[in-house]
Amino acid sequence: MKLSEEQIMLLDTARNFCQEKSSVTLVRDAIEKNEAYDPALWSEIAELGWLAVAVSEAHGGLDMGLASVVPIVEAMGRSLMGTPYLATTLAIQALQTSGNEAQKDAWLPQLASGTIGTVALTESDGSWLLDQVECTGSGGDELTLTGTKCQVLDAEVAELLIVSVLIEARPALVIVTKEQLPRDAIRREVVIDETRRSYTVDLTGLTVPADQVLPEADFAAIEAAALLLLSAEMAGGLSSVLHTIVEYLTTRKQFEQYIGSYQALKHPSVDVLLDQESAKSHVYHAAAVMAGGDAKETEVAVRMAKAQTSEAFSFAGDRAVQFHGGFGFTYECDAQLYLRRALWCQHQFGDERYHRQLLAPLLLD
Amino acid sequence: MPTATELAEYESEVDAWFRENTPKDPGFILPETFMEVGTDRQFEFLRDWQAKVYEAGFVGMAWPKEYGGGGVDQAFQDLATKAMAKNRTPFLPNTIGLNWAGPLILHMGSEEDKQRYIQGILSAEDIWCQGFSEPDHGSDLGNAQCRATKDGDEYIVNGSKIWTSLGSYAKYMILLARTDPAAENKYAGLSFFLAPMTVPGVDPKPIKKLTGEYGFCQTYFNDARIPASTLLGEEGGGWQVAMVTLTFERGASGGQAGGIASMDMNANDIVELARRAKRNGKPAIDDPLIRDELVQLLIESESNSLMAKRAQLPALNSDWPSAIPMSGKLRNTEMKRRMCKLAIALQGANGARFVAADAIDGGMWQRSYFNAFSGTIGGGTSQIQKNILGERVLGLPK
Repeated sequence: MKLSEEQIMLLDTARNFCQEKSSVTLVRDAIEKNEAYDPALWSEIAELGWLAVAVSEAHGGLDMGLASVVPIVEAMGRSLMGTPYLATTLAIQALQTSGNEAQKDAWLPQLASGTIGTVALTESDGSWLLDQVECTGSGGDELTLTGTKCQVLDAEVAELLIVSVLIEARPALVIVTKEQLPRDAIRREVVIDETRRSYTVDLTGLTVPADQVLPEADFAAIEAAALLLLSAEMAGGLSSVLHTIVEYLTTRKQFEQYIGSYQALKHPSVDVLLDQESAKSHVYHAAAVMAGGDAKETEVAVRMAKAQTSEAFSFAGDRAVQFHGGFGFTYECDAQLYLRRALWCQHQFGDERYHRQLLAPLLLD
Repeated sequence: MPTATELAEYESEVDAWFRENTPKDPGFILPETFMEVGTDRQFEFLRDWQAKVYEAGFVGMAWPKEYGGGGVDQAFQDLATKAMAKNRTPFLPNTIGLNWAGPLILHMGSEEDKQRYIQGILSAEDIWCQGFSEPDHGSDLGNAQCRATKDGDEYIVNGSKIWTSLGSYAKYMILLARTDPAAENKYAGLSFFLAPMTVPGVDPKPIKKLTGEYGFCQTYFNDARIPASTLLGEEGGGWQVAMVTLTFERGASGGQAGGIASMDMNANDIVELARRAKRNGKPAIDDPLIRDELVQLLIESESNSLMAKRAQLPALNSDWPSAIPMSGKLRNTEMKRRMCKLAIALQGANGARFVAADAIDGGMWQRSYFNAFSGTIGGGTSQIQKNILGERVLGLPK
């Protein structure tokens, strides 16, 4: 595990930026306003170069790798920031690992400078197996699509969607552009984390040119990137939810004592602290391993990170609500923001049970 | 600083020495740590081993030469310690001397103290024990009641100390005793001594542990007269000295003599056991629920090693910088306890056996599980550790 000077700077800048631009009050304002995204905030993020971090130099990026995206996403998670950053970064990863030169040339420079992209991988059964797809694409020069994608982030504002479909019974990735997608094909979903914008996308009847099919479908690479970034986001959230718990435990009195003096609250808070330390360690380790490039080591590291952060963050959010007592039961209490974020992240790209199941053969056999 | 080449050469040299000199199976079951030494032959075997390691120059390597140390860079000691762990050698039994008393004496003892004590600590000629806990004051160290009353150039000690590992073999004890019962607060009345165990009136009585074995003493003091010169620090300053000692225990401040203090057991040993042990006729490792528990254990073990690495990077520890170093004891001892518990769960009905020839691995897992409580209870229980972490790291009220 190591951190370059550049990464340390990114960490500092990102924390300060996110603290300022995404205070809890601003997070609540954004939920209230219910806009598809905040264009002013997004263009600031683009100007900071954060979308270019993991894009190769040949395509207008900074070529710093996903490891350098981790401190940014951790900071965003810490501040519960809601932007199309995760979706766009995953679209970038899909293009970089599975696209051809023409596709990369066409899209990566745009995405690196602020065009919004997303991936459409999940379907209504909620399966995490990315290569088990029901949607289809068929035809020769023109591909006709059928089926429905679910939990597509930021679909309403994305210029580019990377969609998984079966083509001749094989899972493939296809580019769908905003122009090719009729407005009524997109329907907003209600998801547990209100800082997210999530959509159902109906592909049926859509046609796209066959050259929009990506030559590869490297689901493993997309999954690894998603696991790393979600884990980073959760590690950040974990730190904040613990600060929130400590703040309440050191100011709220019951029976003439600060409630933090009761061991029934103190000890599980320490459990959250240690979970948080563990989670953050797994995240930065996974980032370093991914930069090193060994496939099996990377798979073990990102699955461990996702399992640890999912379990830890959902436990912390759960305890945060409980420890706030009656106030914790209200919408006004910030604990719910973290619990909702935790549950959303936990159930994207596999929860802890699923990843431990996949780790078993890697570690035991 | 030694060069990388020097270190690499040294590493293979020291590894070769331990490969060659690690004693073969002594023919009797060895303890896992200094807290479980229950028979004379176990003790003698381990003391001889430490003497041999010292003779060869592989312990106390970074301690000053004039007192019996090696006077070389700590990097060499770290390699020697690593070679011991790698070759799974017996541990060095003078644990309190090497890790607590020795570093403390080098840190704040007089020139005379250093001349008198350091070499004997390293060679295991002089065994040390620890006299902090008392029967009625386990985790509440500051409330220790064992009395030391000044009488001319001596102190007269009365009371008792408990959990004095190696008490019946020790020549010296680091002793926390109350010199002023009327002090303004409980801490200010305590003093710290490098007390001889060989004077009349000191009586270590072995205690039978939950494993059925011996390994601890309760040490009784009845008008035991110890020289006033054995006081370390100021009279009334014992609490501060004890706190310094505990920083050596937690490994946070370095300065220990090196060498391993326990037989190593790690998560991979449990996985290996899971391949051999059977549940309902099949290897335990094929049971889906056991598999999940094994994976959880491996993740936890990886967490601990990754935390040690992340603790070196200040930029990634800005929230609660002391959380990782201060929680080491809690995390590692609790993991070991759970690990041993899982090892028993792998064994089907044989999980109900205890130390005997027909038990799996001679019943060592059951014994290790019981002994693991010495880690989660000794040196401040896990519950007290959580209070400390809650209060000092998170800033929660007492």
